[in-house]
Amino acid sequence: MTSILRTYLARLLPQLIALAAILIAISMTFPGFLNLEIQNGRLYGSLIDILNRGAPVVLLAIGMTVVIATKGIDLSVGAVMAICGAVAASFITSGHSLLETLFVTIAVGILCGVWNGILVAVLDIQPIIATLVLMVAGRGIAQLVTEGAILTFNDPGLIFIGSGSFAGLPMPVVVWLVFGILVALLVRQSALGMLIEAIGVNRQASTLSGVLTPVLLIAAYMLSGLSAAIAGIIAAADIRGADANNAGLWLELDAILAVVVGGTSLLGGRFSIAASVLGAIIIQAINTGILLSGFPPEFNLIIKAAIIVFILVLQSPRFRTAFAFLAVPRRAAKTTEQEAK
Amino acid sequence: MSPKRGIVVSGLDLPETVSMQASSDNILSAVRIDKGFPGTKALDKVDFHLQRGEVHALLGENGAGKSTLIKCLTGAYRRDGGSILLDGVDVDPRDTFDAQRMGIGTVYQEVNLLPNLSVAENLFLGRQPRRFGMVDNRAMNRKAHELLSQYELELDVTRALASYSVAIQQVVAIARAVDLSGKVLILDEPTASLDAHEVAMLFRIVRRLKARGLGIIFITHFLEQVYEISDRITVLRNGRLVGTRSTADLDRRDLIAMMIGRELAAEIRAVQPHAAEGEPRYRFRNYGRRGRIDPFDLDVRAGEVVGIAGLLGSGRTETAEVLFGAHRADSGTVEIDGRRVELSSPRAAIRQKFGFCPEDRKTAGIVGDLSVRENIVLALQARRGWTRPISRAEQNRLADLYIRVLDIRTADREKPIKLLSGGNQQKAILARWLATEPEFLILDEPTRGIDVGAHAEIVRLIETLREKGMSLIVISSEIEELVAYSTRIIVLRDRAHVAELGGERLTADQIVEAIAAANERRAS
Repeated sequence: MTSILRTYLARLLPQLIALAAILIAISMTFPGFLNLEIQNGRLYGSLIDILNRGAPVVLLAIGMTVVIATKGIDLSVGAVMAICGAVAASFITSGHSLLETLFVTIAVGILCGVWNGILVAVLDIQPIIATLVLMVAGRGIAQLVTEGAILTFNDPGLIFIGSGSFAGLPMPVVVWLVFGILVALLVRQSALGMLIEAIGVNRQASTLSGVLTPVLLIAAYMLSGLSAAIAGIIAAADIRGADANNAGLWLELDAILAVVVGGTSLLGGRFSIAASVLGAIIIQAINTGILLSGFPPEFNLIIKAAIIVFILVLQSPRFRTAFAFLAVPRRAAKTTEQEAK
Repeated sequence: MSPKRGIVVSGLDLPETVSMQASSDNILSAVRIDKGFPGTKALDKVDFHLQRGEVHALLGENGAGKSTLIKCLTGAYRRDGGSILLDGVDVDPRDTFDAQRMGIGTVYQEVNLLPNLSVAENLFLGRQPRRFGMVDNRAMNRKAHELLSQYELELDVTRALASYSVAIQQVVAIARAVDLSGKVLILDEPTASLDAHEVAMLFRIVRRLKARGLGIIFITHFLEQVYEISDRITVLRNGRLVGTRSTADLDRRDLIAMMIGRELAAEIRAVQPHAAEGEPRYRFRNYGRRGRIDPFDLDVRAGEVVGIAGLLGSGRTETAEVLFGAHRADSGTVEIDGRRVELSSPRAAIRQKFGFCPEDRKTAGIVGDLSVRENIVLALQARRGWTRPISRAEQNRLADLYIRVLDIRTADREKPIKLLSGGNQQKAILARWLATEPEFLILDEPTRGIDVGAHAEIVRLIETLREKGMSLIVISSEIEELVAYSTRIIVLRDRAHVAELGGERLTADQIVEAIAAANERRAS
């Protein structure tokens, strides 16, 4: 058991170090940054704020990780967020109950995933193109649902998902924690994780070994659609309305970045849900840190890019070869792989 | 085949007898080279001396350390210890480009040029002649033409490299390497995908380069070719130097003994084909797929090895794929034990206890980044479905079992399979199917590209499985080998089954005759 824990920690070590470094850097500039306080039974503080603000990207990254592990990519998640936010808002405003609204919204998200999955798995279209279709069309669909306006709502139940709290934590944090743990358990306690990695590394060999490739591929995109639906609900609940134009805009790129920062290769194969979640939190911590620093907003994106390049350099095989003495054993094995190529 | 040696070209005084010690005529010397990987010692104080104007064969089983030695010489790997002398000067190539500049050029089995560029561009990539700062295409094409004419090649150098055969591409790669480097040429399995005529052409070029004084290292699995072209032989085993001998003084039996360290060679021949008895378990009737393989009838009994022979492109692999459902049959029926079944997909075939080791290990067999353990349990796990995971303890047990039984050489079961040598990868793929306890196993070229030792072990395994009552279909281009373990042999030509040989008629001569007769019929 301890050895499993150790390999797990070893896998997450670079991300944990990066996150710690960023948090320490911010707290040195802003001494009160790491403070946490409890008001009305709920935790408050910048750290909690990072976890809360990061919720949509964390959720998207969870689904994106599984898709990327199959050697795919899902560009449509931002648009699916917009669709789902619009669907949730229009259902709740037209008098449906919260449960019905959530059920339909999640079904719509999964349906979007099925569409992507069929294009990729059955029609054999390259994932980047296949999901580009929905990325472009999705915002149009969302606008059709909201009829071009920003649909606002006042349902306390739906708003609670965006801004309520449970067990001292903001609801969005609770949602992604529970979802992340469920997905991680699902893929690692069943054989899904290994089969998905096998498809990502070598689809042909997996199919010849009897792996149900098309079904698993569609399932991966369905999971991504489900993640986007939950993220869309949270984003809409947060602003108490559905904005078809801006909900989830460019978040697909943040989600992909989170997966990459988490160390999962875009070439498919080995993946870690926890590492991607950490990646998403790292990105949010950078965002929050830059906002706090008071730099003019024009600099934000550039500083963010610079920090991310630095993190990616830390992860690169060349860097690890040069600093092999720092590397944990598993990493060292990976480096030799690269050399063998 | 008698070794052809002593080809002395006028104007060059090659020594008739080659000395075995390191001499001043060594163009390249590797002294006490060490190289380790996590968990394994790939090279242990290996000495290797290459003389000017000799073809030096570097032989050994898969995993013996040939590739590692080559990679240390060309700077692809950093050696852990030892020194490399080129022309008597200590060198330390940082990478393959560095090695090329120093004079060590390498041509790999899979041509590492750019197929979509023209022949001329491939020859001069990175050093195109320039005029007014622009690439001077006309000068480049002219120079390319001149360069290739030294190799008796008259090509349209402006055409894409991919439009030429692998053999021509191979020669272009050699021309580039020699032009760039010019002291040492390393040929890593250059003949693996060439036919006899192309091999002859390649060897003419090799002899010519040898006459020009190049030192040539030749790596291959084809022992006939070693005797045809090489002057000396160095054998590695398990990362250690076994010895360097003059080719003329080393007979084939001793060479194999050096390579595998045991008398496996004789065992291959000791296998006797047995005629299977009883009713066929598997009856394929009028089975085929348009455009891939003409409809055929095939009966297979329990405890029978049906060999499939034919020239490349005759429909061997297509037959295997249709049998396994990888390409769905569009005509005919299958009965297993008198019961009609559908083999519409690999999954359907696997449900009927079929297994299939494909010809192309790399693209269709191994899942490279995953561990040996995961590769071994993959088919079994796929059959159980994702909801019923095999416990880690059970996975470990299965992996350890097959690593031991099949003697898969790996540091441990968690090593990514792509780091294993070809023969060990093949054994792991076999283990993947054996773990599913198959009753009908299709092996497409199970012994291609693997060394003598693993070769003999796989042949023995086929025999063991047959004795246990399994039905096997084995495809091989090595007819002698097929005859050794098959109970019957199907001969293919032009995507059709043209003959079936068994009993008395099961000889290599009969097969060659059947293929030739079929070809004559086609000609008439």
